[in-house]
Formats: sequence, C-alpha cells, structure tokens
Amino acid sequence: MTPALSVRGLTKSFDALKVSDGISFDVAWGELHAIIGPNGAGKTTLIHQLSGSLAPDAGRILLGGHDITRLSMAARARRGLARSFQITSILAGLTALENVALAVQARSGSSFRFLRQVARESALNDQAAEALAAAGLAGAEDRSAGTLSHGEKRQLEIAIALAMQPKVLLLDEPLAGTGHRESAALLDLIAGLKGRLSIVLIEHDMEAVFALADRISVLVYGRLIATGTPDAIRADAQVRAAYLGDEEGA
Amino acid sequence: MRLSDRAMLVTFAVLLPMPALFSAMGEPFLTVVLTRALIFAIAALSLDLILGFGAMVSFGHAAYLGIGAYAAGILAANGVTGLEVQLPVALAAAGAFALVTGAISLRTRGVHFIMITLAFGQMAYFLMSSLSAYGGDDGMALAGRSTLFGADPFGSSLRFFYVTLALLAGIWALLRAVTRSRFGRVLTGTRENETRMQAIGFSPFGYRLTAYAISGMIASVAGVLLANHAAFVSPSYMGWARSGEMIAMVVLGGMGTLTGPVLGAIAFILSEEALARLTTHWRLPFGAAVVLAVLFTRGGLLGALRGRR
Ligand SMILES: Nc1ncnc2c1ncn2[C@@H]1O[C@H](COP(=O)(O)OP(=O)(O)OP(=O)(O)O)[C@@H](O)[C@H]1O
Ligand SMILES: [Mg+2]
Repeated sequence: MTPALSVRGLTKSFDALKVSDGISFDVAWGELHAIIGPNGAGKTTLIHQLSGSLAPDAGRILLGGHDITRLSMAARARRGLARSFQITSILAGLTALENVALAVQARSGSSFRFLRQVARESALNDQAAEALAAAGLAGAEDRSAGTLSHGEKRQLEIAIALAMQPKVLLLDEPLAGTGHRESAALLDLIAGLKGRLSIVLIEHDMEAVFALADRISVLVYGRLIATGTPDAIRADAQVRAAYLGDEEGA
Repeated sequence: MRLSDRAMLVTFAVLLPMPALFSAMGEPFLTVVLTRALIFAIAALSLDLILGFGAMVSFGHAAYLGIGAYAAGILAANGVTGLEVQLPVALAAAGAFALVTGAISLRTRGVHFIMITLAFGQMAYFLMSSLSAYGGDDGMALAGRSTLFGADPFGSSLRFFYVTLALLAGIWALLRAVTRSRFGRVLTGTRENETRMQAIGFSPFGYRLTAYAISGMIASVAGVLLANHAAFVSPSYMGWARSGEMIAMVVLGGMGTLTGPVLGAIAFILSEEALARLTTHWRLPFGAAVVLAVLFTRGGLLGALRGRR
C-alpha cells in the first residue's frame, strides 16, 4: 500500500548550512511517526518543507502517492495535510470558535459567499465546537483567541488541525511551554488520535515520544541517522552515541 | 445589538431631521455641507473594507472617487446624464481598474503596498490631467446634473441630501452583511494571520483582490455623487492628498467597525468647514487636531464611545 506520506531525498541549505541533507522516510496510514533530534537539528525546517512554507532545494514529497512538492501551503492543506506551529500561530482577534470554524469552512464549500451571516451557519459551528471539545477547550468557544493562556492556545492549534479532518497531521512540539496538567491532557488527546490518522510528531519529551510513537526517526545535523521502532532506536548504538547517550548515560 | 450597530442607527436617526433643523436655523447651506460629509462617509466606508477588515493600506483610494466623478463628467459632456448608464459605467471602470492594479499591488505587503497603490493613484491623476478634451489640469464643469430614468434626484439640496443618506444606509447595510459573511470572515482572518489562513487551506490573494475591487467600486459611487455635488470634476479629486484624507477619516472614526468611518468622515468634513470659517490659516490647526484625535482616541471615535480602558 502507498504510504500516507513519503519523503525522498529532501535537501535544503541556508547559505553554507545544510539543514536537510537527503532526508528520506515513509509514514504509513495510521502511523504515529516521531522525529527527534537535538536543538537546531533541522526538525522545524523539515516540517516547514512538508507543509509548504519553505521550498526544498531538492527532493520530493508525496502525499498518498501524489507529488505535492510544488504545491502551495494552502493547496496541501486542502489535500489533507494539517500542521501545528512550534511558535503558536492563531487568529488572535477572533474567538476560539471562529478560529476553528474557519478551518471547517475551508473544506466545506465556497467561501465566495457574501451575504449570508457565517455566524449562523450551524454546520460550521457544530463541527468547530466538536473539535474544540476534543482538544479540551469546551466552554472556551466565545473567548477571544488572543486572551487564551499559552497552553490553551496550543490546544486551540490542535483543535484547528482536527477540524481540517486531515489525512496527515504534522505536530511541531505541541507540548512546548505547556504546564504539567495541560501537557498530560494534550498527550491523552494525541494518544486518542493514534490509528485514526497519520501523525508526524516532533517532541523533546522523550518519555512521551517513546511511549506514543510507532516508529521514530532521529535527525542530527540535517541527516536522518536512524529510523525504527522505539525499542530498535533505544538499542541503536549510533543513536546513543550521537544523541541519546548524553541523556541516558549509556 | 452590537455597540457599533446601535451607534449607526442613532447616527441615522440624528441625520434624518437635520435639513429641517438647518432651515429653521436659517442656515440651509449646512445641508449642502452635510451632504458632502455623507458622500465622503460612503468613500470612507469603502476604504474601511480593505483597510480595517483586510489590513490593506491603500494610499490610492481617491483614484476611485475620481473614476466615478469622471464617468459622470465625461458621459454628461457627451449628453448621457442618466444614472442608469453613469453608475454601471462608473462601477465597471472602477472594478476594472481595481482588478488590474490590485492584481499587481497585492503581490506586495506593508510599505511596498502603500507605495505601489500611491503610484497607481498618481498615474490615474496624471492621466486625467492630460485629458485636454475634458478640461485637463483645470477640470471641467459638469455639463448636466445626473438624472435617473428622467427624474431629477439631485434637483434640490434637500433631495440630494436624502438620496445620499439613503445610498449611505444601503451601502452600510451591504458592507455589514459582507463583513459578516463567509467571505468577510476569511478577509478578517487574512488580516489577523496570513500564514495561519494558508495553513488551513485558504489562498489569500483571491479574497484580497475581490475585497479590493468591491471597495473601489463603492468608492466610485461616491465619485458620481461628488461630481454632482460640486457640479464640477477635476483631477484634484484623485490626488494623494485626498487619499490621505480618506485614510485619516477611517482611522479617526475607528478602523474595522463600519460605523467608525461614517462618524470619522462627518467629523472630518464638518470640522474642516468650521475651522475654514474661523481662520484662513485653518490647515495647520486642523492637521494638529486630526493627529491629536487619532492619538487620544484609541480605536477612533467609536473606540472613545466604548469607553477608555
Ligand atoms: N530561515 C533561516 N535562515 C537561516 N538559518 C536558519 C533558518 N531557519 C533555521 N535556520 C537554522 O537552521 C538550523 C535548524 O533549525 P530548525 O529550526 O529547523 O531546528 P530544530 O531542529 O527545529 O530546533 P529546535 O529543537 O530548537 O526547535 C538552525 O541552526 C537554525 O539556526
Ligand atoms: Mg524546531
């Protein structure tokens, strides 16, 4: 079966710095694929290229077997690729519900409709409220997104992504900067999504990664040095030397 | 009801009896001044759609005022005075100019967008200045007042006032619907965070360009009215100074509120008129007053109504 997402020979340099160095990996349907690596390894740059906000210098990206390498970010989103941002990116002046309802609107019919009041479209509102509840934000519908706490904004990003009903979800450090209780809730949420869609998860919380991931890829200085099950990665000598070693004390 | 809507209804209710009040005061000319303010209120409303809801700071919006005025002026000079022809021509010309210049301008952002809209506005200005058949630099007197299926909607200052007020109300209601529609929400979303909108699947360009064209077309309606009001058309309607004044009206009243630009335009035109009566050196204090008003009423006049926070 064609994988949900295939990356082939992805290469990207910022001047002399090679941030993606021939990266290739597959994500199967329903797989949760974690990408770990030290700060500055090029994880976010990889997500940017997958989502379409940065163009690679070389290489190909396939979504469900279709080449999306040259598609815009918006076109990729419409084909079922959703992402969250490492640095929170929401519509601060709109309410939480409006943020999510826009994501529903994007995949339900034309938005070149000028007269009917969008706030009265219950189909949009109902699905948006559902996604908010799934992300743990029930009750926050009418709050202005800019006034949410940091953790709530992270939850809102996930609600927006869920409302897109994506085939592949890219999560760039969804737990970053969240408190204990919030990150536990987010982890529950991600665990609940497992198997229903393909997820690429970037996360520094190793405990969470090894518990959640079906497979893990290790990125160091722009190169994938290993891909495998959590057990295989834990046992991999090269990974221990390059990355895990200093944390687990080999 | 939202504060903005309530303020607008109160404004309409206050405006309605004004002509009667002015003639009772023995100052019927004030009706003419107020009509001019309402014409600029329409223009400011149209600018607010792109400035306040779309974060597109156009410094060339007066071009559309000029396109409307010249559509009326040139057609009238050729014997066509009917609004049933003049308005569609003005709308089509403004829409076409907006689509072409917008398609180019909207590839830029920020200061570049301001500069390029300014440049297109000045191009329209110089184009009209060079039309010697239609008065060139000096402009030309309107050959005949616009008619509507043979009727004479601008025949008296009273009728002119109420026709303009009705148009303003209609356009306000139209833009209120547009800004609350699916389209309006996408436009507001691109104002808030373009990347986020792309990440959920919207390509902002088409929505921005559509808003830009709607905005230009509505401004051209104000241009047709302005030509009739002054009984004159001139390139000076299209200059960058006029574009700047329109931005000031929107910001003064409160961007992105619809009611704000209406209040801003009325306040702007009336205080301009009042200061001009007091002193011939009115431009300096007027400029200072606008700056202070913008500085001290965050969110414009409507923001001041909401109360300080
Ligand atoms: N736009 C850019 N221009 C130049 N260099 C960049 C740019 N973006 C990122 N870099 C550099 O590329 C490298 C990889 O950055 P990236 O943000 O992808 O790392 P990361 O793995 O996500 O790190 P972290 O774990 O800290 O989020 C870093 O050295 C960074 O400084
Ligand atoms: Mg990163």
